[in-house]
Amino acid sequence: MPGFFSKQRIIARPGYSRWLAPPAALSVHLCIGQAYAFSVFNDPLTRIIGISASATDDWKLTELGWIFSLAIVFLGLSAAFGGKWLEKVGPRLTMFVAACCFGGGFFIAALGVKLHQIGLLYLGYGVIGGIGLGLGYVSPVSTLIKWFPDRRGMATGMAIMGFGGGAMIGAPLSVWLMDQFRSATSVGVMETFWVMGGLYFCSMLIGALAIRIPPSGWLPEGWTPPVVANKMITDKHVHIDQALKTPQFYLLWLVLCLNVSAGIGVLGQASVMIQEMFKGSVTPAAAAGFVGLLSLFNMGGRFFWSSASDYLGRKHTYMIFFAVGAVLYATIPTMGMAGNMAMFVLLYALIMSMYGGGFSTIPAYLADIFGTRFVGGIHGRLLTAWSTAGVLGPVLVNYLREYQIGQGVAKAEAYNMTMYIMAGLLLAGFAANLAIRPVHEKHHMKHGDFDELDGIYPAGDADH
Amino acid sequence: MNERPNNNPSSRLLVALFWLYVLTPLAWGVWSTVKKALALFG
Repeated sequence: MPGFFSKQRIIARPGYSRWLAPPAALSVHLCIGQAYAFSVFNDPLTRIIGISASATDDWKLTELGWIFSLAIVFLGLSAAFGGKWLEKVGPRLTMFVAACCFGGGFFIAALGVKLHQIGLLYLGYGVIGGIGLGLGYVSPVSTLIKWFPDRRGMATGMAIMGFGGGAMIGAPLSVWLMDQFRSATSVGVMETFWVMGGLYFCSMLIGALAIRIPPSGWLPEGWTPPVVANKMITDKHVHIDQALKTPQFYLLWLVLCLNVSAGIGVLGQASVMIQEMFKGSVTPAAAAGFVGLLSLFNMGGRFFWSSASDYLGRKHTYMIFFAVGAVLYATIPTMGMAGNMAMFVLLYALIMSMYGGGFSTIPAYLADIFGTRFVGGIHGRLLTAWSTAGVLGPVLVNYLREYQIGQGVAKAEAYNMTMYIMAGLLLAGFAANLAIRPVHEKHHMKHGDFDELDGIYPAGDADH
Repeated sequence: MNERPNNNPSSRLLVALFWLYVLTPLAWGVWSTVKKALALFG
């Protein structure tokens, strides 16, 4: 009898609705998306000893900044190195391990707060929680693509939209919990970590228990694979290790990295940027509202654009991101100088929707190019582009801003050059995307390759 | 092998409940963010 976590145990029985798979994925992504709301803990964590104000022995913001950075680094590493394991053991075990790591990371971090040991926060939320983030992020992707061969983009968009939405739940939930636990002797962070660790573990566990994989050869009712072959959508499969030997992998890596770099750099500076460009007319509260609005478009774009890519085609969708994005970035300085805040906000919102769309459309693009068999693992390896962009984007924006101010440029105009550089990055992404062609058949897996792995043939693969 | 039509009412109820379980907190998060975003237009 196969083990509780084995792939064989979670093959769907007749009558299972494929519409149960997206909420199972969302149960995980809505939790791990909390990572982007971790900054709400920064200020209270600097007052663990002093409570009302920072004491001499309290942690500094510079020390605390490493917690999030470590989490993102380990997200990238675990997604890259855990992808192959994911394909072997299946989504249930991967989601369960992700739940243990992410929930357990909160518990270790809570212990770190209690003992006032910053190392335990680095280890708990940063390293172990980061591994949970990476495994949780990639675990449902290939399963969703297999359940929705007719709407790959929409399926992955639903899950990855959850990652964007997770921060929207995590931030107010954290603030509310800290308010409940705050007392004369506690800022409420430790107790909040305990509760959130438990909540997130349970929710991710529900996802792990609910997820099912389709039986071999399964197809949606009434759907047959298109007869007229689209050259950009293969029905073959490329092994995860072989994918790294193709130029397509590196071009797609560039596509993701450049799209994310352009968005992530300005996202981190959005609040300061709008206040400096429209000095006197934007309050800090309004600037926070601007950031909230961008988050909404970021999340909505994840679903909208990846769903649209099912009709537009993946390559065309990225062409739109890069071409339209470059034009929008180049237009922003003009709107800023004209004092047209409404247009400024609208342009940014559109850019953020395409930034989010870049994340959610890439798994379907990978499935089109490399096939569905190893798409989860290949996606994990491609996420190193995200980690790289996480460093490149903010460094580029901050460095350019400081350089321009050092050259005597007014603060309100200091972002203009940055916008043009971002437009340039997107044009480079356009060229990389344009160069993507179908993978050469020498990289495709042969019949015997599947036997060497686990003897399981991918859905719709009977002819191989 | 095509999916069989799923006419089981309990299965459809399960699907609806599962979606409700994930969409309710998401809707709360979106609403909290929208309220914050309204400050931009206030």
